[in-house]
Amino acid sequence: MVEKKDMRRKLPVFFGLHAKLPRGLGIVLALLPFALLVIVYLTASDIRQKANPQDKLLPPVSKIAKALEKSAFTLDKRSGVILLWQDTASSLRRLGIGMMVSACLGFLMGLNMGLLPGIRGLSLSFVTFISNIPPLAILPILFISFGVGEVGKVMLIILGTFPLITRDIYLAAKRIPKENIVKALTLGASQFGVVYRVVFPQVIPRLIDTVRLSLGAAWLFLIASEAIASQDGLGYRIFLVRRYLSMDMIIVYVAWITFLAFLADLGLRKLVAVRYPWYSPRAEG
Amino acid sequence: MTENTPFLLYLEDVQKQYGEKIVLDDIDLAVKQGAFCTVVGPSGCGKSTLLRLILGQEQATSGRIFMEGVPIALPSPDRGIVYQRYSLFPHLTILDNTMLGKQLSVPFWTSLRRKKTARDEAMHYLESVHLGAHAKKYPHQLSGGMQQRVAIAQALIMKPKILLMDEPFGALDPGTREAMQLLILELWEAHGMTIFFVTHDLEEAVFLGTRILVLSQYYRHESASRESSGQGARIVADYPLNTRKARSTRVKETAKFGRLIQRIRYDGFDPEYRQDAREFNLKHTDSFITFTE
Ligand SMILES: Nc1ncnc2c1ncn2[C@@H]1O[C@H](COP(=O)(O)OP(=O)(O)OP(=O)(O)O)[C@@H](O)[C@H]1O
Ligand SMILES: [Mg+2]
Repeated sequence: MVEKKDMRRKLPVFFGLHAKLPRGLGIVLALLPFALLVIVYLTASDIRQKANPQDKLLPPVSKIAKALEKSAFTLDKRSGVILLWQDTASSLRRLGIGMMVSACLGFLMGLNMGLLPGIRGLSLSFVTFISNIPPLAILPILFISFGVGEVGKVMLIILGTFPLITRDIYLAAKRIPKENIVKALTLGASQFGVVYRVVFPQVIPRLIDTVRLSLGAAWLFLIASEAIASQDGLGYRIFLVRRYLSMDMIIVYVAWITFLAFLADLGLRKLVAVRYPWYSPRAEG
Repeated sequence: MTENTPFLLYLEDVQKQYGEKIVLDDIDLAVKQGAFCTVVGPSGCGKSTLLRLILGQEQATSGRIFMEGVPIALPSPDRGIVYQRYSLFPHLTILDNTMLGKQLSVPFWTSLRRKKTARDEAMHYLESVHLGAHAKKYPHQLSGGMQQRVAIAQALIMKPKILLMDEPFGALDPGTREAMQLLILELWEAHGMTIFFVTHDLEEAVFLGTRILVLSQYYRHESASRESSGQGARIVADYPLNTRKARSTRVKETAKFGRLIQRIRYDGFDPEYRQDAREFNLKHTDSFITFTE
């Protein structure tokens, strides 16, 4: 027993391959960079404010709080709505519709490409080609052909994310062992059944994962298209207030977007872990 | 031995090539209903290939394969399969894995209606492989031996005419392996099954089978021009074994058992010793040419 204890004590707490972080230290370490960021910001902001009380670049916390109050809790005099909520609703609607369409499209295409050689032959090179078009470069084309309304923005999100989702699902479907598919056939599955009753459910968690990773790109396309042509939306607002150098407002919006993105990521990750425990099996007790 | 004896499985001049390489050459084989047919051979000789051809997973380059007189096509429920791995569906619980066949073989809506009966039947099969207590678990939570038992139950529920097994116990430790051997014999007798069992373990093959086939590329062909290393495997030996199976693995220690294994080693696994191709297929009662002592 004594020996064992000694052995354990030898494991480093922080350095090296074998480091074993105690729980408390883990939390502290995780929070440390955030704390540093806040401290650096506060100090820098303080210095600049002292030099010039009108400074707009690094507004003090009080100004940021006021901007938050103004955008999130007070009705805008001109439009009669609370701006932050209005913007959030518009942006999330675009993001949601775009991701939904591209997930469904990418999933069905990827699934069928992965399993059916005919579909693969027909579309693999085309999808690869499409996925190499930089989506932002064709934004003008989208705005010209779909208008500067909602459709153009949603189309950008779809075009920007669906090739990647398609290719990822295609690879996932192709990775299903041949044995698994033959087994399903010997269990009486039809060809349709193999695709939609055997492989389909196996690939769903992969789809959620892919969507989660594509969300970063989707936000980029959303904000870019809102910045260029829009009447509302989180991206629109940020680029609007930039004209007045309202750094406080920008900070509020960026923090809010980051929080939303973080929530979406966390939610999808938890969904996979809870709903699909077989997908990434951890060591269980 | 007459031509019109109904064979369950019948292979005629089956040959399989991958590109230029001949893997299986001129395989003739007839398997009777109820046989426990084991297949052994040197590594890479084409045992799995032969099994895949019978399954319909791959097509023979030439020759024909019949099930009860009907040429086989793609994989179908009358031929069950248990692989060494990947037989189970990772996204389904053990119970769902076992009842999957009952569900996939009917339209989706019907399968929903019949879920209860399918579940009861699956439970029954799971209990027959002693896994009733694990019905709710996922495959990754089970040991290798348990997973193979699920795979067997999953195949059995379809009541296949023949059960094909490709080294099903190959990845198990010796103790589990022996328990599985006894279990499969028990199930084989209980269900009156026909089994086609590929293994690289000679002892296992002799212990389990009512008939053993030795597949090998080590034989002498009548046309000497053919390069001996590039020739396809054939069935170089075919012995009947005990039909009344012993319930104990003790038989493995007997001298007779050992002698037979030595003999088979000689027949198929020794590159130095090569039989003449003309002498093949003569040793078993189900062979094509009548064999007289
Ligand atoms: N899809 C394929 N394409 C090309 N060659 C193949 C293919 N599948 C198998 N082969 C070749 O066919 C030969 C027989 O393979 P097979 O897997 O049937 O052997 P096996 O007797 O089952 O071997 P093992 O005892 O190692 O399982 C091997 O030489 C292998 O390289
Ligand atoms: Mg093999």
